[in-house]
Amino acid sequence: MTTADPAMAEGRLAAPKELSDKLVSLLLWIFIGGMTVAILLPLGLLLIRSFRNPQGAFVGLRNYQKYFESTALFEAFFNSVFVSLVTALIVIPIAFLYAYGLSRTSMRWKGIFRAMIFVPLLMPGLLKAIALVYLFGNQGILKGLLLGHSVYGPIGIILASVLWTFPHAVLVIGVALMNADRRLYQAAEILNTSSLRTFLAVTWPACRYGVITAFLAVFVMVFTDFGIAKVIGGDMSLLATDIYKEVVGQQNFEMGAVISIILLIPAVVVFVLERLTAGRQSAQITGKSLPFIPKPHAINDGLFFSFCLIVAAIMVLILGMAQFAALIKFWPYNLNLTLSNYLFDLEGVGWENFWNSLKMSLSAATLGTIVVFIGATMVEKARFDVVASKILHMLALLPMAIPGLVLGLSYLMFINDPRNPLEFLYGSMSILVISTTVHLYTVPHLTALTGLKGLSREIDMVNLSLRTPIWRSFLRVILPTNIPTILDIWLYIFLRAMTTLSAAIFLYTSQTKLAAIAVIHVDETGNTAAAAALGMLVVYACLFFRLMHYVISHSILRHFQAWRGTGKPA
Amino acid sequence: MLEKYTKPLALSFAATSLFIIASAQAGELTIYSSVEADNLKVFSEQFAKAHPDIKINWVRDSTGVIQARVIAEKENPRNDVFFGHAATDLLALDQMGMFMPYQPKGADKLDPRYRDKKAPPTWTGLWGFAAAVCFNTVEAAKRNIPQPTKWVDLANPVYKGQITMPNPISSGTGFLNVAGWMQIMGKDKAWSFMDQLHGNIASYTHSGSKPCNQVAAGEYVVGISLPGRAADLKTRGAPIMAVIPEDGIGWEMQGVAIMKGTKNAADAKTFVDWSVSEAAMESYAARVEVVAFPVKTPMRENMPREVSTRMINNDFAWAATNKTEILDEWRKRYDSKTEPKK
Repeated sequence: MTTADPAMAEGRLAAPKELSDKLVSLLLWIFIGGMTVAILLPLGLLLIRSFRNPQGAFVGLRNYQKYFESTALFEAFFNSVFVSLVTALIVIPIAFLYAYGLSRTSMRWKGIFRAMIFVPLLMPGLLKAIALVYLFGNQGILKGLLLGHSVYGPIGIILASVLWTFPHAVLVIGVALMNADRRLYQAAEILNTSSLRTFLAVTWPACRYGVITAFLAVFVMVFTDFGIAKVIGGDMSLLATDIYKEVVGQQNFEMGAVISIILLIPAVVVFVLERLTAGRQSAQITGKSLPFIPKPHAINDGLFFSFCLIVAAIMVLILGMAQFAALIKFWPYNLNLTLSNYLFDLEGVGWENFWNSLKMSLSAATLGTIVVFIGATMVEKARFDVVASKILHMLALLPMAIPGLVLGLSYLMFINDPRNPLEFLYGSMSILVISTTVHLYTVPHLTALTGLKGLSREIDMVNLSLRTPIWRSFLRVILPTNIPTILDIWLYIFLRAMTTLSAAIFLYTSQTKLAAIAVIHVDETGNTAAAAALGMLVVYACLFFRLMHYVISHSILRHFQAWRGTGKPA
Repeated sequence: MLEKYTKPLALSFAATSLFIIASAQAGELTIYSSVEADNLKVFSEQFAKAHPDIKINWVRDSTGVIQARVIAEKENPRNDVFFGHAATDLLALDQMGMFMPYQPKGADKLDPRYRDKKAPPTWTGLWGFAAAVCFNTVEAAKRNIPQPTKWVDLANPVYKGQITMPNPISSGTGFLNVAGWMQIMGKDKAWSFMDQLHGNIASYTHSGSKPCNQVAAGEYVVGISLPGRAADLKTRGAPIMAVIPEDGIGWEMQGVAIMKGTKNAADAKTFVDWSVSEAAMESYAARVEVVAFPVKTPMRENMPREVSTRMINNDFAWAATNKTEILDEWRKRYDSKTEPKK
């Protein structure tokens, strides 16, 4: 791992290896072992399939050759890069301004604007798609805004992707902006530095890692998502939908595996880029840091307020449209309101789906938060074991590049093998918890890293010279200073687990069917209103937990975050 | 101080991650099905009435998902029975040797087209689902678009940008249409029809019922889809009608089969016997277009009556054998809408 401060690196290298360091090394390797079983082995199984024919005979690179010969590949590849890039270019500036308004201005309604970030995360993917079609489809009430273009295609994919990735981007950038040192801004003020220069010299270097990470994360998320394109993508051919066609349409796992491997390429590129930027990131919170308190500034506050208001209004509009879709009799021909859509009369659809979803999401969020945070701390702080922390980081970035469908299929083949000692997990709730945690691992990992990078190595240095064991500085410094990040990670995993199909589509049984799967099943019967109604039930549950999170974080923050001085939770 | 928070967290985690292991025991069957959830509810309630002592764990999903799942589980199958799964897909699984041969009691009464020719058979057809054109009368009137009566009408440029159909690569309904056109028109004429149709298609979907749903929501005027779905949507208030083209319609059968190696063979046989019984057929007939032997159940509301008379004499074996070749050609010609290769 590259270190920003060479003296620091030397200090580390010169330090004698403590027992606690050895224990941390051991823990690192245990984590690597666990993630190898949870990610690499199932994927390896898939990789092997990409070199075989459907009968199981080894065919070398013939599958790859066949795929590269089809002209559709380059089109799909180009389309995938195009929508991912455009989405990232649109969403990152919006997310940055939004997060900046929240953390660096003293505009009004911050609490409301904070709550609005999470709207897309509260909604199952299909519900968002229904709302977008009712807004921008051929019968959509805002169809005119598309100037005659169809929502089914690149426009729809990009719209839905921007909406879906917005909370992720705000979350990662927000953590980066949270850590600011008041002294630097005071110095800039005393030196009469222009606000642009202050931004470029103080603010930007501090949050650059967060912004670039968010950009790369958004790019890869859109690149590998097939859910949006399947519902609203029309005919636009993308790599991720090609996998769907091969695996679900043709049950050609071998070709599906080939495309999945190709899909991993951007993740590798992202890994390299992320490493390059991480190396140049300097810490913002040092032992002498003072918390940043935004000063009232009439023009800035007004501008950011208006901007955030527009974004928040769009969120309300989409959520409102989804609620409306759940209450009407028959779109668009009978807009009378009814509650009958909430009476589901379908096999395997009901309240038990909810309890399953809740149980699974609570477990995944708790397990995920613990594992992610400890893992990220080791990646960031255990620099004495360069190799191990690099491997762990790479393993943590991998899940984002794997579509849920592919992960689910690899898990199924892995866990269903009678020779696998883990076979007993088949059909259990645990396998859903594990696969969901793995599937959602990357964004929380990046969030945790961004939060951890805010802490100065100076503090590490003090710990080192005091011979403080790493676990003690973890409990005394790292954990308390990162409480807001940890709470955000918990909420993020919980909400995503509630709303995504994730890898569960191939792993559920009649006893462990989740609400997000049931929504799809209701929609398949052609009853869009009932699907919207079921989706809204998920939204209500998510809203409840969002409020709980708010209350808990407020009370905890009073204990742990006084040092920030602002008393404002994330 | 932190312990105050970590302890409840750890406890809640322990409490919520209890293992639930699904394993079918005696008197219990795991059945995979791709019947739509509303129809399956009707059928499963009928079975529960007839055999309250057998509990069924249904795993129901779209055809492709179920098929992918069972192929991935091939080495260690988890279901006892398949119920309501497309014949083309059952044939593919049969070729992998996944089924236990069984002659259901009373299967001799079924229409011979629904019976596997082997003795004893490995699978049995229960009902059929056919193609139809969903047509939105309100949107058609707005755009002055005529109602089609034959497939070839859809090649008319008046329908440009108004038609959706399922992509045959990802949807069985899409494939039954393509295979149907090949048998109705002959191979060459079918391809030239599809070339023209392709020019009119607004979008290919990944699900067989979605075109009808889209037409019912006024997104498009014409959707190549399923008559049962059209009937349901019309009953619910959509201004649509199911047009059954005069030149004939392709169709697919849905069947039942027992997995080889099931530990619940006796219960599985009981289920399969029930599935071909008159009571079962009556419950199917209330929901689907055509069943494997004539029953008196009235058809559901708004179901077009001419479905069974216009169904072609479908050669399932031909369709199954030529599927890959047809789809490869289809992919070459139409799969990328932006760059059609002629």
